Amino acid sequence: MRNKLYQLIALALSFISTALFAASDTHPDAYQLNLTKGVTDISQEVYDLHMTIFIICVVIGAGVFAVMLWSTIFHRKSRGVKPATFHESVKVEIAWTVAPFVILIFMAIPAAQTLIAMEDTTEADITVLVTGSQWKWHYKYMDDEVEFFSLMATQQEEIKNKFEKNPNYLLEVDRPLVIPTDKKVRFLITSDDVIHSWWVPAFAVKKDANPGFINEAWTKVNEPGIYRGQCAELCGKDHGFMPVVVIAKEPAEYEAWIAEQKEIQRLAKEEEQKLLAMNMDMAELMSVGERVYATACAACHMPNGEGLPGVFPALKGSDIALNDMQKHIDVVVNGIPGTAMQSYAKQLSLKEMAAVITYERNAWGNDTGETVQAKDVNALMNGN
Amino acid sequence: MTTATDELHHDDHHHDHKPSGIMRWLLTTNHKDISSLYLWFAFIMFLVGGAMAMVIRAELFQPGLQIVEPDFFNQMTTVHGLIMVFGAVMPAFTGLANWMVPLMIGAPDMALPRMNNWSFWILPFAFAILLSSLFMEGGGPNFGWTFYAPLSTTYSNDSTALFVFSVHIMGASSIMGAINVIVTILNMRAPGMTLMKMPLFVWTWLITAFLLIAVMPVLAGAVTMVLTDKYFGTSFFDAAGGGDPVMFQHIFWFFGHPEVYIMILPAFGIISQIVPTFSRKKLFGYASMVYATASIALLSFVVWAHHMFTTGMPLFGELFFMIATMLISVPTGVKVFNWVATMWRGAISFEMPMMFSLAFIVLFTIGGLSGLMLAITPVDFQYHDTYFVVAHFHYVLVTGAVFSIMAAAYYWLPKWTGKMYDTTLAQWHFWCSLISVNLLFFPMHFVGLAGMPRRIPDYALQFADFNKWISIGGFAFGLSQLIFLALLIKACRKQGEPVSDQVWEGAEGLEWEVPSPAPYHTFETPPVVK
Amino acid sequence: MSEQQYEKYYVPASSPWPIVGAVALFFMAVGAGNWVVEIKNGSDGFGLHTLAFGALILTVMLVGWFKDQIHESMTGMHGDQLGRSYRQGMAWFIFSEVMFFCAFFGALFYARVFSVPWLAGASNNAETFNVLWPTFEAMWPLTTTPGGTTTEAMGWMGLPLYNTIILLISSFTCHFAHVALEKGDRAKLKAWLGFTIVLGLIFLFLQVEEYIHAYQEMGLRLDSGIYGNTFFMLTGFHGFHVTLGTFMLIVMFFRVLKGHFSHDNQFAFQATSWYWHFVDVVWVCLFFVVYVF
Ligand code: HEA
Ligand code: HEA
Ligand code: HEC
Ligand code: CUA
Ligand SMILES: [Cu+2]
Repeated sequence: MRNKLYQLIALALSFISTALFAASDTHPDAYQLNLTKGVTDISQEVYDLHMTIFIICVVIGAGVFAVMLWSTIFHRKSRGVKPATFHESVKVEIAWTVAPFVILIFMAIPAAQTLIAMEDTTEADITVLVTGSQWKWHYKYMDDEVEFFSLMATQQEEIKNKFEKNPNYLLEVDRPLVIPTDKKVRFLITSDDVIHSWWVPAFAVKKDANPGFINEAWTKVNEPGIYRGQCAELCGKDHGFMPVVVIAKEPAEYEAWIAEQKEIQRLAKEEEQKLLAMNMDMAELMSVGERVYATACAACHMPNGEGLPGVFPALKGSDIALNDMQKHIDVVVNGIPGTAMQSYAKQLSLKEMAAVITYERNAWGNDTGETVQAKDVNALMNGN
Repeated sequence: MTTATDELHHDDHHHDHKPSGIMRWLLTTNHKDISSLYLWFAFIMFLVGGAMAMVIRAELFQPGLQIVEPDFFNQMTTVHGLIMVFGAVMPAFTGLANWMVPLMIGAPDMALPRMNNWSFWILPFAFAILLSSLFMEGGGPNFGWTFYAPLSTTYSNDSTALFVFSVHIMGASSIMGAINVIVTILNMRAPGMTLMKMPLFVWTWLITAFLLIAVMPVLAGAVTMVLTDKYFGTSFFDAAGGGDPVMFQHIFWFFGHPEVYIMILPAFGIISQIVPTFSRKKLFGYASMVYATASIALLSFVVWAHHMFTTGMPLFGELFFMIATMLISVPTGVKVFNWVATMWRGAISFEMPMMFSLAFIVLFTIGGLSGLMLAITPVDFQYHDTYFVVAHFHYVLVTGAVFSIMAAAYYWLPKWTGKMYDTTLAQWHFWCSLISVNLLFFPMHFVGLAGMPRRIPDYALQFADFNKWISIGGFAFGLSQLIFLALLIKACRKQGEPVSDQVWEGAEGLEWEVPSPAPYHTFETPPVVK
Repeated sequence: MSEQQYEKYYVPASSPWPIVGAVALFFMAVGAGNWVVEIKNGSDGFGLHTLAFGALILTVMLVGWFKDQIHESMTGMHGDQLGRSYRQGMAWFIFSEVMFFCAFFGALFYARVFSVPWLAGASNNAETFNVLWPTFEAMWPLTTTPGGTTTEAMGWMGLPLYNTIILLISSFTCHFAHVALEKGDRAKLKAWLGFTIVLGLIFLFLQVEEYIHAYQEMGLRLDSGIYGNTFFMLTGFHGFHVTLGTFMLIVMFFRVLKGHFSHDNQFAFQATSWYWHFVDVVWVCLFFVVYVF
């Protein structure tokens, strides 16, 4: 019975919308009108709760509007009616105070049950630490030695309307979070700078990432797939460009993936050490540096190095980028505490840091001609 | 007291011929003058805030960045919110209180006329500061009208200090305005006008004024802490010093939630005046209306954290705030039902104030019901910070508060000017607004449910079609307001048919017993209310 | 005048002071807004000058406005109704001040009861402690912050206690002054009022001493974490209010010397004394919440 009603309403809504917008051609889900059902038991419960209250609201609204409509049609002066004189009735007043109250109780009970289930983060199978920062996510698997940053992968040219936008425009990242299906995954959510909010609609998980505190959430995904979400708390300039992508894999596949990641991250560390002995030439540094700059720095310091006056300083012609090399390395490695300039020691490899610093010292007319090598960065980091 | 009486009489003659030119407006202590200033100021701010909304809608017309940079977009969102709330809706209501409260209770003026002038004149300066900060290097405030720390502290630009001080002085203005209203109502009623005989608009404003005095100082405290966190090294909102960014939200919303009722209670009052007039029937359940208003106001102090369900509050807090929030629907429902019952078996006619009131009742109820959905914590996790919320609050604010202000303007304009406004223009204004406002805000529910976050300058492709329609609705609604502007200008130049003192056939109350236009001074000897 | 014969309402003539006041606030806001930025960035500018200019206009406006007001009041133009309006207005103003303090008391309460224990793992924040602040210990006063800033706690013995006693006494002396005014005993009025002012000044002096002690010897500063923050914001805003209250008392004193006020005409005096009692009550709350517990 209830399902029938849902279908009817959904049908009615979609009918109205298609009638209104039939003319335009669109992406398949361009006219999604309703909340997603999601892919977890909880998200399904949330969806049902949403539909229940929605229908109650529609019924109440319809009732009120019907009475109004009736009055406006049949009790209009132009029909020559004489107004009644009643203006009080304690009985009626009590009735329409108590009835809504009862309805509310019926809404609150299932809501409380779902809420209690959502907040129960105990007995998780794996735990992932999710850290937001301007404007990217960092994931760290607490039980394995695996961690990485996840940045939006949409190209600036698409955003600036120079290239055609691909179907996952703004909802794609370079390195998605991978989790197993059918396992309870606990998320520890925090932030390095301002408040962000980690949201995946298909899991019905949205939790604020508060700097200095850790919030918990959990999910248990039923179907493998790729699930997309976005940062849901205004976090500054690029708040709109901070997507979340999660891939849910079968447990066995997940295990294979995590083993592979561990190996890759171990090898990368070894590679780092080898690099210390080597010097890269200017051309290579500049080309790596340009790429790194575009992904990591350009959001604030702007592709042309001019920054945003009054908000983000220009690197083009800046004193640090032209003269004080040690300070320059220090700023990139350690960040400037208490400002938006964060530490890049975790996010970038030694080589990448060296390259980006070299790039900044030689691009946009900053022609110092100096190169910075991985070992210079290492020296500053490890104090020798 | 004899000398005093002499002086008094002398004074009366003296200011009956009011100073002319600009000085009249700068120095006035007349509630009608001050109120006109408030109303025009509010309308201008509505146009300015609306123009910013147009920038927002133009940028969101298509996916991709085309018109403004993200940082500027955030400034537009922030200042749009601030201007509409503090510059348009609140001053408009204060203006209406200034005009109508003395007339409705039979007082010659507000209780503290000079302070009244001061409260008004602070506002243009406060908003001049806020708006000029948009042109500073680094830009104006860009952290949302809710200015959550630490985005507004450590990570904000240098215009933050100006933002803080402009909020301080506009807060001072609101507090003084509210004190004035409350004292006027409690102390200046005509003989026989007992509390339970006061018109509902006066009642709702009495309660609103109380809310204002209670929460504006808390906002002042919040901005002060933002100021010291940013500039003087305190760590109220910084965990490293033992504070908590979420504490900011608690303090802000302790102000912020009552604030949204500050923007709707006077609207309830207006609707409660208009519906009986055009139904030619007494308001149904006067006493319960008063109690409902008071309950809404009291409950509004204990629901603030429904804006913060995703911040990671302990479970008990989430449950408490969910239930408290849901309870507000009960007294609000009483109001809606009472209006409908007033219409029931009345003799209804459909003049412009009534049309706006009917639209108000329907559309506000839609907004209220979506508010009720937002109150359900587990589902709010999905709705929070999406366009569903944006749809909710524009329904209650634009088709709620703003529509009620328009209804009030149409209702009382003839009393103010002595002439009937241009009813053809009014029809155009109403129907254009009604259609476009729904095209503007209704689809926001859909994109919100489908997952579009708010405060973003660019969005995923699946939201493109709806956003186009929303923007078109937005432009149309904006243009419709220009019709209203034309109508107001005509009305202020006193064009139109003269009206009787009562103006509307079913109108009751003291304000309809004074001549139209209401003379500069009314009720110098108080009327007696039986 | 009885309730039944209606006095004619007094509608004051238009006045230049409100708009002057608005201009003053404009300059003060712009000045303060620029000044704090200049302090932070160590840059030069006109912030302080603008602020001072605004404050000057405000002073002129206050003097002018009150002069007019006093003149009207002394010439008997204010009727009973206006007197009631003023009193109610003052009461609501004090209520708004109470709410302003509530914001800061609320912050103190929140820090003590929630954020500090949470940082040490209380409630649903076990992981906050484990992952982010594993060495942090919850305590109040918070003498070591999670970030590692250390400070000392201010005890309640000594200066704070003396100050409490002083303010409490001053509330009584203020009341006695009022009683003397009611009885028309001008000599006593002057004496009690003068005494109150002296107590207010002593309070302020001791408060400054305490601040100097805190800054120089205890390392307790405005930026010493949430304890220092709430300590200085609460006592600081309170001190600011005492300053204002003392100033008002001094003005009242001079008006008394000029022979103003009587049983029937004493609004300004009454308002000042209410304000003084309010400042006193705030201090008592403060004494217990900030110092003792
Ligand atoms: C005029 C302003 C106004 C008004 C009146 C309301 C009214 C209500 N609001 Fe709204 N709200 C805002 C302005 C307003 N709101 C704003 C500006 C925001 C966003 C702030 C920001 O983040 O920027 C917001 C956000 C907001 C949220 C936070 C959403 C989020 O960010 O996740 C919530 C959550 O509970 C909420 C709930 C409610 C409720 C329950 C009411 C209730 O008062 C509604 C009561 C009315 C009805 C329910 C309809 C009529 C009743 C009946 C017909 C009776 C029968 C009904 C039943 C018993 C079911 N509002
Ligand atoms: C009373 C309050 C109020 C009012 C009246 C409005 C009115 C409007 N609002 Fe507002 N809005 C808020 C309060 C209000 N809003 C708040 C509090 C926020 C949250 C801010 C935040 O997130 O921090 C918000 C946020 C907000 C957003 C979300 C922004 C974001 O998340 O990034 C959007 C987007 O569409 C929007 C649109 C509109 C539109 C189109 C109108 C229209 O109704 C405006 C219509 C009026 C005019 C257009 C002016 C008249 C016409 C002219 C001046 C002529 C020029 C016209 C043309 C060129 C067409 N508003
Ligand atoms: C989230 C924004 C942001 C990002 C991303 C960012 N920076 Fe910065 N950067 C800042 C801010 C803000 C400052 C100024 C800090 C201050 O107030 O001193 C700054 C300062 C600097 C400075 C010192 C400039 C000067 O003249 O004082 C250098 C060098 C620098 N950044 C390099 C980089 C590099 C290299 C990257 C990328 C790997 C990067 N930044 C990414 C925000 C950012
Ligand atoms: Cu991160 Cu919004
Ligand atoms: Cu609210």
